[in-house]
Amino acid sequence: MNNHSILRVVSKFMIPYILLFALYVQFHGDFGPGGGFQAGVIFAAAFILYGLIFGIEAARKVLPATATRILLCAGVLLYAGVGVAGILLGGNYLDYNVLAENAQAGQHLGIFLVEFGVGTTVAATMVTVFFVFAGQDF
Amino acid sequence: MACTAFAIIRLRNLFSVVILSGIFSLLAASLYVLLTAVDVAFTEASVGAGISTLLMLATLAITSEYEKKSERSTLLPKSIVIVTGAVLIYGTLDMPLYGAADAPANLHLIQRFIEESGKEIGIPNIVTSILASYRGYDTLGETVVIFTAAIGVLVLLGHGRNRWRPGKQPKIARDEQEEEV
Repeated sequence: MNNHSILRVVSKFMIPYILLFALYVQFHGDFGPGGGFQAGVIFAAAFILYGLIFGIEAARKVLPATATRILLCAGVLLYAGVGVAGILLGGNYLDYNVLAENAQAGQHLGIFLVEFGVGTTVAATMVTVFFVFAGQDF
Repeated sequence: MACTAFAIIRLRNLFSVVILSGIFSLLAASLYVLLTAVDVAFTEASVGAGISTLLMLATLAITSEYEKKSERSTLLPKSIVIVTGAVLIYGTLDMPLYGAADAPANLHLIQRFIEESGKEIGIPNIVTSILASYRGYDTLGETVVIFTAAIGVLVLLGHGRNRWRPGKQPKIARDEQEEEV
C-alpha cells in the first residue's frame, strides 16, 4: 500500500494518538474502564496499522521479532514475579498487601505492575500473531 | 444481532463473513454498554470487533476468499446445535431476572465489593480491583492463555516460510541450498 498517500499521511497522524490512548487506558484503568487487556490490544493496533500501511518489513524494523518475543515472556514473568515477590516479602502468592508499607499502597503497586504485565503480553501477542500471519510468503 | 448471525451462517463469501462478525461484536459491545458493563464492552469492542476481525482478514489473505461447498449431510450437526441451544436457553430460565434485588450475586457479593473494596484496595474502579487483586490467579491464568496462543502460532507458523524469524537466512539463499540437497 505504498502509493496511497492519504492513508500514509492519516495513519502517520493517527499512530501517536493511538499509542497515547493505549497508555491512557493502561494507566487510567484504576479509575475508569480499561486495563491491561484493552490497552495491550490498542497498543498492538497501532503497530498493526503501521504494518498494514507501510509494509511488514518496515514495521519489523521498528519492532524486531526478537523484541516481541522478549516482551511476550516479560509480561507473564512480571505478573508471576509480583506473586513471587509477595511470597518473598512474607505474604501469600499474589498477595499485594505486603509489597509496600501499608496495604493500600501495596495493592496500588501490585495492581499497577500486574496490569502492566498483562498489557505487555497482550500487545506482544497480538503483534506477533499478526506479523507471523502477514509475513507468510506463499 | 440475530440477523447478522444468520447472515454469517448463510454467506459463502468469507470476506463478508469476517466483516459481519466484526459488526456482530460491535453490536454485542453496545449491548454490554446497555447492561452497564463498560469494561466488558470495551474489551469486546477492541478485541472482538477490532483485533480478531483484523487477524481473520490476515488469515483470509493467505487462504481463499470463498468457502467450499460441503458435500456431506448437515442434518446431524444441525440437530446437535439446535438441541444444545435449546438446553442452554432452558438453563437460562432458572436464572434470576436482570437486576433482580434477590439475585444471589446482588445479595452479598456485590454489597461486599462495593462497601469494602474501597477500603481494602483503595481504587475507585471496582472492576479493576476484582480483576487484578481479588481474582489475581484467574487473570494470571488468562495472561498465560494469551501467551500460549502466541507460542502456538509461533510453533505452527513461525518456522520455515517466515522470513522475519530472528537469525533466519533470506529466502533466496535457502531455496538455493534446498536445490543443492
